[in-house]
Amino acid sequence: MTSQPQIVGNSPIRKEGIAKVLGRARYVDDITLPGMWFGATVRSSIPRGRITSIAFDPSIPWHEYTIVSAADIPGENCIVHLTKDHPCLAVTHVNHCEEPILLLAHPNRSALPAAVAAVHITYEELPAIYSIEDSEKKEQIIWGEGESANTFKTYLMQKDQKPIPDEIWQTADYIVEGEYRTGAQEQLYIENNGVIAEYDAVKGVTVQGSMQCPYYLVHALELVFNLPAEKCRVIQTETGGAFGGKEDFPSVIGSHAALLAMKSGHPVKLCYDRAEDMAATTKRHPSRTRHRTAVSKDGKLLAGEIDFAIDGGAYATLSPVVLSRGTIHAPGPYHWPHLTVRAKAMTTNIPPHGAFRGFGAPQSIFALERHMDKIAKVVGLTPEEFRRRNFLATGGHTATGQLLKDPVDMQHLLTRALEESNYHAKREQFDRDNPTSTIKRGIGFATFFHGAGFTGSGERRLNSLVEIELTPEGQPRLLVSSTEFGQGTNTILCQIAAQTLHLPYDQILIAQPDTGHVPNSGPTVASRTAMVVGKLVQRAAQSLLATLAPLLSSRSAAEGPAVASELPHDYTPEDFRHAALHYLAEHGSLKTEARYQSPGDIFWDDETYSGEAYPAYAWAVYVAEVAVDTTTYSASVTNFYALQEVGKVLHPILAAGQIEGGVAQGIGYALYEKCTWNNGHLANNQMTNYIMPTSADVPPIHVTFEEIPSPHGAFGAKGIGELPMDGPAPAILNAIEHATGIAFTEIPLLPEDIFERMTRTPEAGSESLDTAVAGPIFSEATA
Amino acid sequence: MTQIHFTVNGESKALEAPPMKRLLDVLREDLHLTGAKEGCGEGECGSCSVLMNGDLVNSCLVPILQAEGAQITTIEGVAITEQLHPIQQCFLENGGAQCGICTPGMILATHHLLKKYKDPSLLQIQEGLSGNLCRCTGYIRIFNAVQAAALAGVAE
Ligand code: FES
Ligand code: FES
Repeated sequence: MTSQPQIVGNSPIRKEGIAKVLGRARYVDDITLPGMWFGATVRSSIPRGRITSIAFDPSIPWHEYTIVSAADIPGENCIVHLTKDHPCLAVTHVNHCEEPILLLAHPNRSALPAAVAAVHITYEELPAIYSIEDSEKKEQIIWGEGESANTFKTYLMQKDQKPIPDEIWQTADYIVEGEYRTGAQEQLYIENNGVIAEYDAVKGVTVQGSMQCPYYLVHALELVFNLPAEKCRVIQTETGGAFGGKEDFPSVIGSHAALLAMKSGHPVKLCYDRAEDMAATTKRHPSRTRHRTAVSKDGKLLAGEIDFAIDGGAYATLSPVVLSRGTIHAPGPYHWPHLTVRAKAMTTNIPPHGAFRGFGAPQSIFALERHMDKIAKVVGLTPEEFRRRNFLATGGHTATGQLLKDPVDMQHLLTRALEESNYHAKREQFDRDNPTSTIKRGIGFATFFHGAGFTGSGERRLNSLVEIELTPEGQPRLLVSSTEFGQGTNTILCQIAAQTLHLPYDQILIAQPDTGHVPNSGPTVASRTAMVVGKLVQRAAQSLLATLAPLLSSRSAAEGPAVASELPHDYTPEDFRHAALHYLAEHGSLKTEARYQSPGDIFWDDETYSGEAYPAYAWAVYVAEVAVDTTTYSASVTNFYALQEVGKVLHPILAAGQIEGGVAQGIGYALYEKCTWNNGHLANNQMTNYIMPTSADVPPIHVTFEEIPSPHGAFGAKGIGELPMDGPAPAILNAIEHATGIAFTEIPLLPEDIFERMTRTPEAGSESLDTAVAGPIFSEATA
Repeated sequence: MTQIHFTVNGESKALEAPPMKRLLDVLREDLHLTGAKEGCGEGECGSCSVLMNGDLVNSCLVPILQAEGAQITTIEGVAITEQLHPIQQCFLENGGAQCGICTPGMILATHHLLKKYKDPSLLQIQEGLSGNLCRCTGYIRIFNAVQAAALAGVAE
């Protein structure tokens, strides 16, 4: 038997950690190329209009500059994501503030700001729209036509593909309605978006920079430059945070820098400063969710109608897929006998919204988990008891009709989370203490799930490929385009390979993601890396081992070629190195691969929005404790418990770090981070006026895991990265309702919002939710 | 242009620079010490933190003329020869660095904090690091790293 220590499930140090703590890790702005120039972007100052003139102020020595306009684009003037609506550079019209119009490059970085300011653009302004409501009115059509006017995408998701029978509404004991809203949120990675591009007439375009998905940028460059993929090389440099904000946006900044490099004949570095990054790049989609729910008096969900709308901004970018994840997560971990979700992504004249950790799910889960507390109150049950009567369980079907084959135990998760947080005792204590205190304390929770991997048939379409090669020294090196941006990709993939190859963790190398050398293992998004790419690494490692098996020991050799189930394990790292060198001496090189194979039992129908939406789900219960100061009207989170079932935890320290970081972002989403738009321009595009949690703002965060290994991921792993973004906001607002008796329905919830509601006169609307008063139909309208 | 003489990581340096050039840019561009990062350029994020005469400063807010004669320590000067400094080791082992962009600043802030308090309370750590933003970790593992470093008696 193997005496190899367990690597998966332990916490070896982060692969690139030493370089990071030494300050030697090289982020894009730390890199200088010989002859390198610097780039800048001239942007629209208005939200919507026709460009009437562009003038260059004579005070600037323009001959020193390279100036790129749409006319310089060799291919299509289009940044391709899912549709071709997004210009690389505006030509006749602009559709949002900060829309790129011209690009400038100069050898001296400090010569750029004055030049950008010296390009005078005049416009004929057109009426602009900034909200989902204005977009729905269709008085101004700013995108598409007919059915799709102002609408990037719609979905209709119905349980069993059937509408809700009328008699359910007629006979239900209660009908509970509610409307919930979430705001835009900035990813606020501490390293801004940035790239360096080079152009060579023969070799084509090379872009290196801060990004999540190198092959997305290859795809974008192919179109803009009209070049084959082999001539569009993309290299990820150390990336200082991403959270989705470097998923689609690098296609824009990467194309821009490459155009400047082509025209100037120099490598060009284009790195945004904070103000530009915040004003011009993508944010989380704002949302509005309307719930109408039929419930029986014993607290059973009978039917639900959910209208889910997101503001996609001016161009479609990834809105259809963000909408899709939000739609599928809208019903939560509950059993709905009947359900209809109508979802739509609307167009506004706001800079395009894009990917951000959670990808639509935090929005619809916020609405649902607030609504669940509301229904509980109407029915006269505790939030806990009401949820218990409706949880999905093993053998149940989700709203898309997916059979839950793998074990699910929300009842147990809820029991454990409430016990660990001492929920019941605290609830009682706060109820006793609050009446005599100016600080009102509360405790609340949210129960939720998050699907791992691409939605529906996405993984099948991605068709990801992973390779492992042997270096000339006989060390295995992983070749993947999956990127490290803090979440631990490098580390967990090397752990998986080490465990599979029976080698020490530090003997496994991982190549820099460079599309010139690594295959397309898919984008680093959607909580898919551990589960999907991890499994491919495991399979490619098994195949490496199978190839080396005859050389690994005389015993194995005597038994002939090994099959995967009986791969050799009884060897030392030294044996492995000898075998590897022996093989290389004979064959020159060795590279094995593994390509995604769709599990036979995963079916998804895009037409009816039904089937196996995700191969696996993580399940969670988050509990928040809050304190609301009734003299300053500020709310803070004083304690937080995050319990989740995520399959096998590959690296406990990294996993807990993911959860804690996500919870902190969730706290910011709920209580601090507000995008203030002023005529379509982000007014608070600085860290001084966009407030994210500091070390002084975070409560103790107690992270615990349950591990039920999933058959889909390497060593049983499921996804983890996005999950922690979903639960904090509703848990916090549920706790604030407990503390104050006020049912807030919108985030971010700032002190001014709390002030406004707490000082409102009773006639203006009361929050009395006595079930007797609520009557059979309880809605905002009848409250 | 003005002549500047100062000491960086124990080495004396002399250079010419515009007097209002930011210390951050002099370190990164003139001295090729890229460990200090620009996260905001306005004194909010602390990713450009360095030690100047023992004080923690945001190098994006310091015009180089103010650094005349100063003793500067950057992240590149924290490790003892090729060995990790115990604070660096503790960040590494406790998961205090994720994407790593805030890490140089955090480590210098920790260095400064542990000079002030040998055995800081959690509140002192939270306040001591509140000028250094981290978007990845939620800070919890950074607190653990600081506590581990305090336990290791880093202050000496
Ligand atoms: S860059 Fe200096 S404080 Fe942010
Ligand atoms: S580790 Fe990424 S910002 Fe701190």
